[in-house]
Amino acid sequence: MASIKPRVKVPGSVAAGEVFSVKTLINHDMESGQRKGSDGNKIPRKIINKFEATFNGAAVFTADLETAISTNPFIEFTMKIAEAGDLAMKWTDDDGSVYETSKSIVIG
Amino acid sequence: MNILKKTTLIGGILALSLGFAATAQDTLTIATETGTQEIMLKVKPPAWSPLPELISGLVFRSKETQSLQADDFGNPGMVFVEQAWESWNTTDGSAGKSCADCHGEPAKMAGVRAVMPKFNKDKGEMWTLEMYINNCRTDRMGADAWKWNSGSMVSMTGLISLQSRGMPMNVAIDGDAAPYWEQGKEMYYSSTGQLELSCANCHEDNYDNYIRADHLSQGQINGFPAYRLKNAKLNSIHNRFKGCIRDTRAETYKEGSPEFIALEVYVASRGNGLSVEGPSVRN
Amino acid sequence: MNLTRRQALAFGGAAVTVTLIPFKGAFASEVGDAAIAAFTGGATVSEGGIDLTTPEIAENGNTVPIAVSAPGAVSIMIIADKNPNAGVATFHFGAMAEPMAATRIRLAGTQNVVAIAKMADGSFKQTAHAVKVTIGGCGG
Repeated sequence: MASIKPRVKVPGSVAAGEVFSVKTLINHDMESGQRKGSDGNKIPRKIINKFEATFNGAAVFTADLETAISTNPFIEFTMKIAEAGDLAMKWTDDDGSVYETSKSIVIG
Repeated sequence: MNILKKTTLIGGILALSLGFAATAQDTLTIATETGTQEIMLKVKPPAWSPLPELISGLVFRSKETQSLQADDFGNPGMVFVEQAWESWNTTDGSAGKSCADCHGEPAKMAGVRAVMPKFNKDKGEMWTLEMYINNCRTDRMGADAWKWNSGSMVSMTGLISLQSRGMPMNVAIDGDAAPYWEQGKEMYYSSTGQLELSCANCHEDNYDNYIRADHLSQGQINGFPAYRLKNAKLNSIHNRFKGCIRDTRAETYKEGSPEFIALEVYVASRGNGLSVEGPSVRN
Repeated sequence: MNLTRRQALAFGGAAVTVTLIPFKGAFASEVGDAAIAAFTGGATVSEGGIDLTTPEIAENGNTVPIAVSAPGAVSIMIIADKNPNAGVATFHFGAMAEPMAATRIRLAGTQNVVAIAKMADGSFKQTAHAVKVTIGGCGG
């Protein structure tokens, strides 16, 4: 599989207190552990089990994910901010790998 | 004979009325990275077409599936396009070249997908997009050819298709293309498999009707490569042909076979006028 | 269905267990109930107060878009009661987040999608939607 790379869509600037949407998508097979491979054995589970978003260090949104989340997980949430800063996002894989990205948002 | 004719007539009226119900919108506005783009979902057919109207396969999908294609960010096919963009810029093969070294930005490929498959005058044969890509890889880059249905190949066709998105399909069917088109047409109307079904039985006679729970489309290929919910990846045109023929319970042709190249010429031309849509989202 | 005596006993036993569990939701699935109980700690769950968006008919169970929002919620759990694992996702909202989330989920067949919200005051609300999953002719 190609390298796992998160994608995020946020407005670059928002008004203070304005509710805006954060859309995220990460390429990942989200192997459920239910499928059988060509050898007839079950393919072991390997999913992204957690998504966390923090803004200037404060927790904004967390999602605990189970095997019922589709391949290439898409997660959207909404938030508002009072001041400019960095929205940091982290995806945690069953194998312990962590995929991270961050977006700066200014008040405009 | 009279009864047969009547049945066909009633069937025709039924399909038509359902068609109007199902195809309320004529265009789809896609939210892109930089703004919006409009694609045509219903257009007038070429004069020779047996269809009263050309309808994108997207129209036959649920509104949830349609919404996946209406936003480039949410379109999972774009994940693969991004991967292809990386490989576009990556050096490969003995010549030490990448796609970008010769072609510059992928945007230079605008218009390419709209005329595929296209007769290659130098080689004296009909070539699909995959064949042009592989020719670059083997002859110009000194790299290994990609397999027709490999992730790298299908993703690259996605990146190249995207550059033509919104342009009308405009595949040549005369001149050098004529014999391929005729062969493809012959195949389109020939029954195959234990079920003795031709392409036309489903996609010309019965589009907008249901086959079990599946809403039959016109079998247009302007949206390929297509991200299918079924397998969560981009799928090639020939792979889809294979699926259809397999479903008639026939031995299928191989991806890249002369038969499928001819069939692609004909089926692509049946969509002449519809927008290039790839990478589309389908069931 | 031919049941051996042991299977029949196990079957009857399970039925009794189900009837003994207080009926909490719009559905009866042991795994679903267990997941909800773990989330609520056994607290009473009231109906409504959650806006759950799901398709009525999912074209393909592999990718079913859903969205949920519940004014005043601090967490929302999503359950699919007929999946091999009933849990789908649990969303937690911090002070800057609005109590809303959207994602795409897998449904193993026609079933209920249930959202349970934990409110700021510690109470729980829930709502359930039936989603039909079609098995296609050529698409499925």
